[in-house]
Formats: sequence, structure tokens, C-alpha cells
Amino acid sequence: MSEIVSQMELNCEGLNCPLPILKTKKAIDSLNSGEILKMTATDPGSVSDMASWAKRTGHELVSHTEVSNIHTFLIRKK
Amino acid sequence: MADTKKLAIIASQGSLDWAYPPFILASTAAAMDMEAVIFFTFYGLPLLKKEIEAKVSPHSNPAMPMKMPFGSKEFQSINWPIPNIISGNVPGFDNMATMLMKETFKKKGVATIEQLRGMCQEFGVRFIACQMTMEVFGFEKEEFIDGVEYGGAATFLEYAADANISLFI
Repeated sequence: MSEIVSQMELNCEGLNCPLPILKTKKAIDSLNSGEILKMTATDPGSVSDMASWAKRTGHELVSHTEVSNIHTFLIRKK
Repeated sequence: MADTKKLAIIASQGSLDWAYPPFILASTAAAMDMEAVIFFTFYGLPLLKKEIEAKVSPHSNPAMPMKMPFGSKEFQSINWPIPNIISGNVPGFDNMATMLMKETFKKKGVATIEQLRGMCQEFGVRFIACQMTMEVFGFEKEEFIDGVEYGGAATFLEYAADANISLFI
């Protein structure tokens, strides 16, 4: 599988609820449909929150990975 | 969009701790493509002032943890037992507790109230100020931020009648 290329990166490390969601919303608004946002966060709550946000908004949560407490989310804009 | 969900919140409290939930929920709702309205009434009304002066009072919050935002991890985990005779009578105690809470929030990466309020407005959350409370407490529109609507119970209820989520905070 080829690596997914993101069109934008957003660093939310160190931020707590609800800032990662709010910043993700702002970032995704600036992208075009089909483009990928890569967001990183250290807030453990963002795992559940990002899934809920994606479910509600319809943007696709392509993947979530975690390496040493840093969560990486790839989101495709609807 | 016909199936847009709607959130209706009444913000009735103005202390720092109670100021958070309305702004957190409304901004997040907007970020989730929902419509959101906050109706500010009674002690919630000052949250619309240009300068937010919200404080926290440990004296009236017996369950509030009193912890320090600095020092070693062990030191920070200590929950300081403050007797009411001190928290209720020592001048400036609320100011100190407010400073400690703000510092803790900052260190934990929590947004300030001003930041969340700004994002609410940026995302199109509607703020309605209770006209009656303004008269009673003597607030002028000039004291409030721009973009505030003014109305009463019927204005709120007209919106809330179609809301999917209604909260009294």
C-alpha cells in the first residue's frame, strides 16, 4: 500500500479538549474536497472525539495511529 | 440543510468554572456542523462583556480540588485541604484560586474563555443576551462584545422548540 500524502499538517500536540476538534474544523474548511489533513494530538480524548466528529460531519477518518502517546489522524475532506 | 442538528444552551452562571461548558459545547457543536445558540441570563450575562472577569470561588465549591500548577508531579498531585474559615474569609483567596486555575488550564493546553468565545463567534454560534437581566443588573449594550442579539424567554424558546439538544447550565 502506498503511503497517503497529506495536503496539510496540523499540530495539536499539548492542546486539550476541545481545541484539537476546533482547529481541525478550521483546517478542514480551508481544504478542497478529497484532500487529506494530517493532525497530530497528545490528548487521549481526541481518539474518541475525532471519531465522533468525523461521524457527525461526514469527513472520512482514514486512519488513526499512535506512537509514544502521539496520535496521528488522517482525515479526508468530504 | 434540512437535517442540521440544533443545540440550545442557557448560560446562567458566570464564574470561571461554569463559564467553560457553554462555550466548549457551543463551539464544538458548530465544529460538528450543528447550529448553536447560547442564551445568556442572570449571572451568565457578564460572559458577554468585552473584558471577561470570571473568577472561581473554592468556598462555594466544596468538591473543587485545590492543587498547585507547579512543582514536582508528586507536589502537583496533592489536594490541599483548605478549611472554609480560610477560603471564605482570607481577602484575595478567590483571586489566588482563580490565578491557580487559569495557570493549570494553560499548562494543560486548555483554551481560555476568551479564545473559546471568539471561536464560537467565528463558527457562527448565536449569542442572545437576556434583555430583562440587562435591565435588572444595569448592563448597557456598549459593555458587550459585537454581534450579540437581544431578546427574552420567547426568543429563546422559539429556537429551542426545534432544538435537538437543550441544556440549562
